[in-house]
Amino acid sequence: MSEYWRFLQDVVIPALNQGLWVSTLLIVPSALMGLLLGIVVGALRVYGPAPLRKVNEAYVSIFRGTPLVVQLFFWYFALPHIQIMGARLVLSPMAAAILGFSLCSAAYHSEYIRGALLSIRQGQINAAQALGMTKVQTIISVILPQALRRALPGCGNEIIYLIKYSSLASIITVSDLTGIGRTIAKQTWRNIEVFAALGIYYLLLVTVATLILRWVELRISLPGFEQAKN
Amino acid sequence: MNQEHPILRVEGIHKTLGEQLVLDDISLSVNKGEVKILIGPSGSGKSTLLQCLNFLHTPDRGRLWLEGREFKASGKRDLCSLRQQVGMIFQDFNLFDHLTALENVRIALVKVKKLPASQANRRAKEELARVGLADKAALYPAQLSGGQKQRVSMARALAMDPKILLLDEPTSALDPELIGEVLAVIRFLASTGMTMIMATHQIAFSATMAHEFLFMEKGRIVERGSPSVLLAAGATTRTMAFCAKINELSGDLGTAKNQTP
Repeated sequence: MSEYWRFLQDVVIPALNQGLWVSTLLIVPSALMGLLLGIVVGALRVYGPAPLRKVNEAYVSIFRGTPLVVQLFFWYFALPHIQIMGARLVLSPMAAAILGFSLCSAAYHSEYIRGALLSIRQGQINAAQALGMTKVQTIISVILPQALRRALPGCGNEIIYLIKYSSLASIITVSDLTGIGRTIAKQTWRNIEVFAALGIYYLLLVTVATLILRWVELRISLPGFEQAKN
Repeated sequence: MNQEHPILRVEGIHKTLGEQLVLDDISLSVNKGEVKILIGPSGSGKSTLLQCLNFLHTPDRGRLWLEGREFKASGKRDLCSLRQQVGMIFQDFNLFDHLTALENVRIALVKVKKLPASQANRRAKEELARVGLADKAALYPAQLSGGQKQRVSMARALAMDPKILLLDEPTSALDPELIGEVLAVIRFLASTGMTMIMATHQIAFSATMAHEFLFMEKGRIVERGSPSVLLAAGATTRTMAFCAKINELSGDLGTAKNQTP
């Protein structure tokens, strides 16, 4: 037992701590950009002019309709072969992963946002318009503040998913938690200890994210918008 | 009253919703300080007419003038400018659920009228006090009773200094014991000379302050006149018949008391 413990302490934990930092650098920007883009896409899908609406629908069906691994392969392996006006874009593994995660996450976020926008009663919009607000003012000052509160549980769910699918970055050579875990396991053949420890790291990440999301939910909760308390 | 220069005038308003002709050639004009009451069975087009008067609905045909200036629903600037000057009260209040009572009154002052925050705040507090809700400024709509919500929505509309107020059945969604507080505000507004068009079933109440009753049926104004004529004892008007029916259903109580002078 103490031998296992020493292996964890000397080899696995220091290496995974490094991977944890890399994973965090993947997850945090992807989550923020994904959410922001998701809000914009969701709002355009509901309130945008018809052509923009179509473009955004197409975006969502492509990114929800293809495997994330294929998307990552595309950004990392295929993009460098595409010439646009004589220039090629070669992304680092990190950049390709963040781009892939943000775009995929935004497609899912937009669906939660869209649902929340549609749940806002027409009366709220009528009242804003009757006061002389423009369409953009109505969306920003009246609809979004209510819709985002309704969408938060769903969007939080998507962020939790993101934490776990960030492990796919290891496939395009990023040394994140999973990438490092796989390397140690290959070198040492001690699969049980390494992968059990790896699972615990993700569990901790998700727990921290859950606590943060719950805190945010409490912070922005208003009378009439409470999530059910138990 | 200045008969030559009505505050609001519409001519030949038509509106089709889906397949149905909801408004069929409506014309009316309202002078400063006048109170006009729209009555009629549900589905007769009262709400749609009110919503055509601030272009929440775009009329299919017809023209609209506010203080002699014509407004077109197709122009975005016209649209916002008309709505700033025409206040609207909704049947189900439509307070912004995520804002406190004070913020509800303040938001359009800041966003639409572009008042500085301190000035908007002061004005919003004054308006809340005017409807008797100074002490509820920090409460959210979910924490207010129906009558209080409707009074906040009136403060919200009044803060914009509207030239005319459109009221769409302002008491229909209220419990009976809460109707009085809203009617009191409306009566106060009438006494200060506020120009109003109100759709309502509170016929006895509105008869005490209306300059004209407009009886609507199937998208047309089929009868119009002063309440004292339309509701005179023995009158054989459509309005009278309609009121008799309402009174019969509501048990005659409140109305009979009010109608005896």
